[in-house]
Amino acid sequence: MIKEGLHIDRTKCVICIRDLHKSFGPNHVLRGIDLDVYQGENVVVLGRSGTGKSVLIKIIAGLLKPDKGTVNVLGNDVTAISYRELEQLRLRIGFSFQNSALYDSMTVRENLEFPLLRNSKHLSRGQVTEAVEKALDAVGLSQTINQWPAELSGGQRKRIGIARTLIMQPAIMLYDEPTAGLDPITSMEINELIKEVQLKFNTSSIIITHDLTCAKITGDRLAVLLDGRFVQEGSFEQVFSSGDERLKSFYDYNFIT
Amino acid sequence: MHDASMKVKQKQPRRYVISQKLDAFFIDMYSLGQFMGRFFRAVFLPPYEFKEIIKQSYAVGVKSLPLITLTGFITGIVFTKQSRPSLSEFGATSWLPSLVAIAIIRALAPLVTGLITAGKVGSNIGAELGSMKVTEQIDAMEVSATNPFKFLVVTRVLATTFMVPLLMLYMALLALAGAFVNVHANEQTSFVSFIENGFHSINFIDIFSSVLKSIVFGFTIGIISCYQGYNTTQGTQGVGRAANTSVVMAMFLIFIEEIVIVQITNWFRP
Ligand SMILES: Nc1ncnc2c1ncn2[C@@H]1O[C@H](COP(=O)(O)OP(=O)(O)O)[C@@H](O)[C@H]1O
Ligand SMILES: [Mg+2]
Repeated sequence: MIKEGLHIDRTKCVICIRDLHKSFGPNHVLRGIDLDVYQGENVVVLGRSGTGKSVLIKIIAGLLKPDKGTVNVLGNDVTAISYRELEQLRLRIGFSFQNSALYDSMTVRENLEFPLLRNSKHLSRGQVTEAVEKALDAVGLSQTINQWPAELSGGQRKRIGIARTLIMQPAIMLYDEPTAGLDPITSMEINELIKEVQLKFNTSSIIITHDLTCAKITGDRLAVLLDGRFVQEGSFEQVFSSGDERLKSFYDYNFIT
Repeated sequence: MHDASMKVKQKQPRRYVISQKLDAFFIDMYSLGQFMGRFFRAVFLPPYEFKEIIKQSYAVGVKSLPLITLTGFITGIVFTKQSRPSLSEFGATSWLPSLVAIAIIRALAPLVTGLITAGKVGSNIGAELGSMKVTEQIDAMEVSATNPFKFLVVTRVLATTFMVPLLMLYMALLALAGAFVNVHANEQTSFVSFIENGFHSINFIDIFSSVLKSIVFGFTIGIISCYQGYNTTQGTQGVGRAANTSVVMAMFLIFIEEIVIVQITNWFRP
């Protein structure tokens, strides 16, 4: 059942983070993060390189363990659940990696089939093929089905990576720098795809970026990460009209004024 | 400014137990031990990934087959050829099949197969898992609810553990074939008397010890290269290092294991 359109339900918090801390040795990366993402909402996390944006979403997906704090995803405390429960939860989370992370040893078709064949064993061969074709169609790359990842462009790889997560119909999407390293036209296509996924499947997403165009188009709400904490939060206009000096250089670089 | 920071450095207490390099070595050995522990815990728990084990075994076998074939046959010929002069001094060339068979089955086949597989397969696994690690493919597998340790590591370690003994037996056969070709050409020994002569002095312990060695070598190659690949850091440079370290470490351990296993099995000889 597809309900097109924006339906943000502010009573349902799908990702709730409280006082999250994470260090790597002496490197104290996250220093007390609080974040709520509501049902159907796209939240953009802005921040310079190395501020811990990737670390944050890897903690949400259970790839890294936090040192302190609680992370509640779809009603599960990711730090407390068993590995089996975590696997079940991960089926409802889509993760688009910074460098797409397509399996080099598999074709596009095999990449897309991988999560399905392993987690939905009841599906017939025909149903799997149908799901693959549908997911490829959703990202507009049906013609690449028999190609190898190495033969694709950066933008195509990104979209295939997104298709591979969409195939499991996730409730939450995590995008790690979806437009990094892409030309403006391809970036725009990815931005539109992210928006389309939100509206079509009513997913909630966290989009990590330092591309303000991407932030403006895809985000319903922005949070700015600096020195391990969120220093600003609100709509694009609210954040950038705050007159915060720390954000000025960000804005100036993206929109030469 | 500069002076001040120097002073701070000097005041810091000694941070290493022995020396930086040796500490790092022991920490590495400790985490290799943990990695092995994780393997033995994972290997007996479902899901078993049979399909992937077969696929990896096929890959290990096929990748090494041409090289093993060539090396085996040539080793047989060359070893026979080089041993002949010393035996003929005593007029004992009739002992050649027996000498060659002992050398091949007891020592050459397991060791050469182990070293070749370490070079060919070890570097391959190290580089493959290493690049999967640095391009986040291992993370991607984990978030699509597939245990990457089981899917990537357990399958490859089992594949090398199963395949190296088979490759060793295959190599022994080819080396013996090479030896026969040489002996037949020079001494006109018949196939039957070559076999009778050759296997006269081979007993069960010889074959058992070689198979045991190969199993240990295969496991070593698999676990070391998976460990190196799975823990790769620092981008593409790290991938090269993982491949390289896999081979060096596996070869080093193979020599040590060779000595230890020979010592142990010798106690059981009559
Ligand atoms: N697995 C790890 N081990 C050690 N340090 C890490 C690890 N992952 C990230 N870091 C460190 O955490 C900091 C934040 O990294 P990251 O989240 O990737 O930044 P970004 O905001 O650019 O995505 C960096 O200093 C990085 O070196
Ligand atoms: Mg990052």
